[in-house]
Amino acid sequence: MKKIKRADLIESIKNLCKEANYYLDKNILKKIEELKEKEDKAISLEVLKQIEENALIAEKKNLPLCQDTGTVVVFLEIGNILIDFNIEEAINKGVSLAYNENYFRKSIVNHPLERTNTLDNTPAIIHTKFTNTNCLKIKLALKGGGSENMSKIKMLTPTAGYEQVKNFVLAVVKEAGGKACPPFIIGVGIGGNFEKSALLAKESLLRDIKDSSEIAIDKKLETELFAEINKLNIGPMGFGGQTTALAVKVNSYPCHIASFPVAVNIQCHCARHKEIIL
Amino acid sequence: MILSTPLTKEKLINLKAGDLVYLSGTIYTMRDQAHKKIIALINKNQPLPFDIENSVIYYVGPTPTKPGEIIGSCGPTSSYRMDSFIEPLLQLGLSATIGKGERSLKVIELLKKHKTVHFSAVGGVAAYLNQFVIDSELVAFKELQSESIKKLIVKNFPLFVTYDIYGNDIFKK
Repeated sequence: MKKIKRADLIESIKNLCKEANYYLDKNILKKIEELKEKEDKAISLEVLKQIEENALIAEKKNLPLCQDTGTVVVFLEIGNILIDFNIEEAINKGVSLAYNENYFRKSIVNHPLERTNTLDNTPAIIHTKFTNTNCLKIKLALKGGGSENMSKIKMLTPTAGYEQVKNFVLAVVKEAGGKACPPFIIGVGIGGNFEKSALLAKESLLRDIKDSSEIAIDKKLETELFAEINKLNIGPMGFGGQTTALAVKVNSYPCHIASFPVAVNIQCHCARHKEIIL
Repeated sequence: MILSTPLTKEKLINLKAGDLVYLSGTIYTMRDQAHKKIIALINKNQPLPFDIENSVIYYVGPTPTKPGEIIGSCGPTSSYRMDSFIEPLLQLGLSATIGKGERSLKVIELLKKHKTVHFSAVGGVAAYLNQFVIDSELVAFKELQSESIKKLIVKNFPLFVTYDIYGNDIFKK
């Protein structure tokens, strides 16, 4: 059985935080380049140009892409491996080192009411699942506050259908408007229960920007919502235009006969997530 | 369009929502917690760390400055969270605010009433915006870390006029 070393995990977390803060996914840049062709509003085009320029400067100067270097969200996929140390402690150690050594912003406070800064951006938010593999997969995202603040959950009734899901997603996107830094990636979680739907939505944001759901009806939702969101005329930073969503991702899960949870997690254009397999 | 501080009210007359402007001069960083402290000082009639009249407030919490650098990444934060704090600052003659995203209808009315402009910088392009800051100095509330008030000198800082003094709105298409 493969044994994971604490030092390797800490080093991996540090590196993932650095890479996510400095290097914007090339596929996001490709998507922006592609959507730029359709954008005819001058100020909206200027926004897209600044986004492209920002990625170049961040990479060249090792400056964080966004000043909001986020809450660190970690998804662990744990295979048949041996871990003989406190894995959450090790992840937080990696975050602490990354944020202090690299001058990333420390955005975490100890308690929502007390609000004393923890000074090292810990704790991270850690989710685990078990897989039948022989490795540890780490998916890490830096989630900014602006887009997170505009995310929502709704418990629909079980007889609600496809259109009601769409209407809720569209309403959330409209309300987010320019506040959550469009163009967005929209993560939708349907099914599960209250907390599971939010987790589904969050995890969908870590999928490859180019992929589609393998479930036919989820894929249909993704395609239709993508087209309809881009007709809302929100545009880059809310200035109007056709580029409101870069992608829509839908993840689903079985649910109770009484329930139909829907969660919408909004991701700004500065979508920062990286992964590694140990 | 080129603009420079002090942003006296007459310089705002020709600005229209949707204009792209390049601002040079002095601006002050201030976000949630610093607003809370400033409003408390105003309510107690105590001296403020900088003169609000004709000043420009930038809603931002930059990343820490690396040794030898002027500032870290410094893009705007959401403006709506400062909506409940703006009125006393407008009464003191604030000239402009910089943030991102929509503000409340009440704020749009207040901006019109006090002839104050609100600008947007592009959110999430904080490394790009770093290039237009040529000096940075701590002014107050060091204990607030990234939320402290800093005086920045900017050169050709790119901004979009979001709400002008006539009540026009960049988000209304």
